[in-house]
Amino acid sequence: MGNWIIAPVVLPAFLAALSLFTSRSTAARALSLGGTAALLAISIALLHAATEGPPQLYRLGDWPAPFGIVLVLDRLSALMLLLTSGLALIVLAQAIATGQDRRGRRFHALWLFQLMGLNGAFLTGDAFNLFVFFEVLLIASYGLMVHGGGGPRIRAGLQYIAVNLLGSTLFLFALATIYAVTGTLNMADLAVKLPALPEGDHALMRVAAVLLMLVFAVKGALVPLQFWLPGTYAAAPGVVAALFAVMTKLGAYAALRFSTLVFPPDLALTADLMAPLLLPAGLLTLAIGAIGTLGAQSLPRLAAHAAVMSMGTVFTAMAGFTTESTTAALYYMIHSTLAGAALFLTADLARDREAERVDTPSPRLPGTLAALFFAAAIATVGLPPLSGFPAKLMVLQAMPLWPVWTTVLGATFLALLALSRAGSTLFWKPQGTPATLPRTQTLAPTALLLALAALTVFAGPVTHWLATTAETLHDPAPYILANDLPGGA
Amino acid sequence: MEVFFALTIGLLTAVGIYLMLRLRSFPVILGLTFLSYAVNLFIFTAGRLKTAAAPIVGTVETPTDPLPQALVLTAIVISFGMTAVIVMMALGSWLELGHDSTDPAPGTPEDRG
Repeated sequence: MGNWIIAPVVLPAFLAALSLFTSRSTAARALSLGGTAALLAISIALLHAATEGPPQLYRLGDWPAPFGIVLVLDRLSALMLLLTSGLALIVLAQAIATGQDRRGRRFHALWLFQLMGLNGAFLTGDAFNLFVFFEVLLIASYGLMVHGGGGPRIRAGLQYIAVNLLGSTLFLFALATIYAVTGTLNMADLAVKLPALPEGDHALMRVAAVLLMLVFAVKGALVPLQFWLPGTYAAAPGVVAALFAVMTKLGAYAALRFSTLVFPPDLALTADLMAPLLLPAGLLTLAIGAIGTLGAQSLPRLAAHAAVMSMGTVFTAMAGFTTESTTAALYYMIHSTLAGAALFLTADLARDREAERVDTPSPRLPGTLAALFFAAAIATVGLPPLSGFPAKLMVLQAMPLWPVWTTVLGATFLALLALSRAGSTLFWKPQGTPATLPRTQTLAPTALLLALAALTVFAGPVTHWLATTAETLHDPAPYILANDLPGGA
Repeated sequence: MEVFFALTIGLLTAVGIYLMLRLRSFPVILGLTFLSYAVNLFIFTAGRLKTAAAPIVGTVETPTDPLPQALVLTAIVISFGMTAVIVMMALGSWLELGHDSTDPAPGTPEDRG
């Protein structure tokens, strides 16, 4: 499998460049659809390889770590690759079915570059390379976000870019500080070097650690850095917002990777920084997201606030730093990516039919759409029978603390209220003949909901697999060994 | 030299942050540019400040660290590209909406959330 590790990065890059040369949009569609399907196949193969053996290494240009850039495939990165490519394929099918890809230019090239950046960020074992892949996916996301144009969308895009440029600057400050203190940017090498850091450098390193976590908090929409998310996701085209569901999870992935590998809980240097800060931030995010869903006056904005809520739950579960809590965080992460995307897609279908705002009368919507919204809302809130329920149950079980229980349950209740209110005003009240909904446009939301149902039915095996993944995260020795550092760890 | 360098970076950062907090997009972009200058200099200092030392082993007695120089080149290219993108977006926003403010107009549907 060794050389296939680079394929999720190279393949979309190549196809994206190719699709810039095609002037016919059918050819571009075929390229991106074929490419995303191939990515799904490759991710499944990589997931299989990561499950069977220890973490695997790919050296770019065959330069050895720590100075050469390496890609590392372990269970967590393989899982994120599969989640990205699976979601991307479904959402891309929806973009083609609704014709959203033809509302602007170069949608498919941007789409593939976005996937390249995401895949690269999930695979890389080098902190500076992580920054580069962040920028790759961000620059593609700027294009996707304003796809189709329009004044409000462009202004929301401007704010989104400004926030992320500030985040990138912070990232660079953090990386430069880390390099100045330790002389390395390879993540495994950092994990080896940090415990032996001289006393005098501790303060600098702590500053760098906090800066780094702030960057991931911007990406992952953690309070107090979540303000960019609702406006951006609500203004973005629905299919793009659905893909962004996994981009927000990149923040959680990076935070999880760094807080288990580089700054593990038993490292005295940062022990009092990670869990004690992540937990309240996660709970506040959850609470503010829930209040946001109540205040939201339009369906896309409601979905965006629900996305903030889901990030709050992920970060809350992550702050436990036990195998159980990490397992719960991972399971909830898979669930909320799919559920969030389903909600964005149904909100987008409603928006296409002039039903968007809950405070103005809207035309009557077709029953199929109402059913899809109902299922997506159930999944988002976390009611049985869909996977949101076992996911939240696992989070509660792993974190038996009263602040966690009250916040999670209270936020769930508020979201339930908000979604019921929006659902009854938009789908129940309006009179008249319902708008039409072609069957092809319901396929993608149905596929996402079926994936959620499968996640519920196979919760046993999935949790088992995730528990092993969580164990490997909390015992990073094989990951470090895979990097083949000089001096042999 | 260290003090001078530190003061320069600090001043650039302060100017950048002040401009970022303005309510119009043009000063915000200028602020981001200043911040990227500051961070580029900051990365450069991560390899320690050394005069008359090339980053190539063998040419001088004690070469300077070449890695931050490679990092700073990458950072310069990326921040240059990003500045171009945000300038285009600001222009687009100004042409579409007719104003340069970063806030939605009060009372519009956007403003009400």
